Amino acid sequence: MSHSDHHIERNSLAAKVEKEVEVKAQKCYQCGKCSAGCPVAEDMDFPPSMVLRMLQTELPANDEKILKSHSIWLCVTCEMCLSRCPMEIDIPSMMDFLRQKSRSEGKENPKAKNIIAFHKSFLKSIKNTGRLYELGLILDYKRQSLNMTQDMALGPKMLSRGKLHIFPEKIKDRAHIAKIFKKTSK
Amino acid sequence: MKIGIYPGCSLEGSARDYNQSVFELAKAFDIEPVQIPDWNCCGATAAHNLNKELSLALPARILALAEKHGLDEILVPCAACYSRLMVTQHELQKHPELKNRICEVLEMDYKGNSKIINVIEWIDKYIIPKLEEKVKKPFNYKVANYYGCLLVRPNKVLNYDRVEDPQTMDIVMNKIGATSIDFAYKTECCGAGLSISRTDIVSKLSGKIIEDAEHRGADAIIVACPMCHSNLDMRRADINKYWDKDFKIPVIFVTQAIGLAIGLTPEQVGFNRHFVDVKIS
Repeated sequence: MSHSDHHIERNSLAAKVEKEVEVKAQKCYQCGKCSAGCPVAEDMDFPPSMVLRMLQTELPANDEKILKSHSIWLCVTCEMCLSRCPMEIDIPSMMDFLRQKSRSEGKENPKAKNIIAFHKSFLKSIKNTGRLYELGLILDYKRQSLNMTQDMALGPKMLSRGKLHIFPEKIKDRAHIAKIFKKTSK
Repeated sequence: MKIGIYPGCSLEGSARDYNQSVFELAKAFDIEPVQIPDWNCCGATAAHNLNKELSLALPARILALAEKHGLDEILVPCAACYSRLMVTQHELQKHPELKNRICEVLEMDYKGNSKIINVIEWIDKYIIPKLEEKVKKPFNYKVANYYGCLLVRPNKVLNYDRVEDPQTMDIVMNKIGATSIDFAYKTECCGAGLSISRTDIVSKLSGKIIEDAEHRGADAIIVACPMCHSNLDMRRADINKYWDKDFKIPVIFVTQAIGLAIGLTPEQVGFNRHFVDVKIS
């Protein structure tokens, strides 16, 4: 090994995670507590401890698998993994970063289509009115997910209980919100 | 007395019962909650999943508006909003360069000095001291206090008591005459924002919470988060179908239980808006 090895710029996903969200995947010693406590681990293709292990290898093929995984989209950021991690690895922040990276590189897992569609509809609603317009969100999500029949019974029940507004509640300074969206969009 | 309040979007919509009970309770204790003028959505799960800068800028606008209007203490009844506001305040305090960037995005000043309090802290500080004299009808039921995720985690930021077995809600409920039972799912996740996009997962996770509470003989599950409430109450038909069970246990906001104890009617606290029948009065 040459003396310059220590100064090699790492180009792995783990290095990016470390730089962007200050999370060191290498600290993980695979105790598995995060996966044991994760409420959605059994539905994931790779449980959180496995994602960390794959990051540690710093192999491009594993980086690719992570960004294309279903796991990163199933994570509900309930923060249980972080609260139990003996090394205090901030897995939820890491998952946020991995999702954004997956999206910016167009690598979203097809099975996560509806989850992503829901998030997008949610943000669209805020962008338009400044607040969440629940009925608008549901209709826009249905249009995107083409899941027209789901929750048909829920809407009328919510309406009869005064839990759904027909029209959006708009904030006054919507221009400010639009500006915030514009300035933070990549 | 006056206190700032950030209701958040769901309290204006699907969690109107929660909103109603918070305001009724405040009225009964001579507290006047003042809404942060022209508040916006905190961005919730969607923003921090898709765009970090946006997920900080939206809550920062809310906090900057509170500062501008001199509201230095803000009650945030929604646990999810509470978490977003607290995490933003923490992040911006920790990273001055990020704070500058967010101020630039907002074109507003932001100091980050507001005291953000959740509903349990609010009850503890303003309701408990005068509670004893006001309780007319002790809430004589066995309850499973469900804290969920965002009220207690991340614990380093929120500084909640006992990470896996929090006590504050149990203590509040015991003070109005309830018996808080031991309950294994206190801080387990209900499935959160997957309610619409992955109803199956929410049905599975919420069903486990409900089953444990019923199994241990609770008369009600007590919550302090509109998302937990909507998953456990509004999604009950899906949950029962998924588990092939007929879970009947009602899900009650902590403010509704206190409201009943001080003599408010079930309608005043919003029980008529629930999906699962509440036979408690």
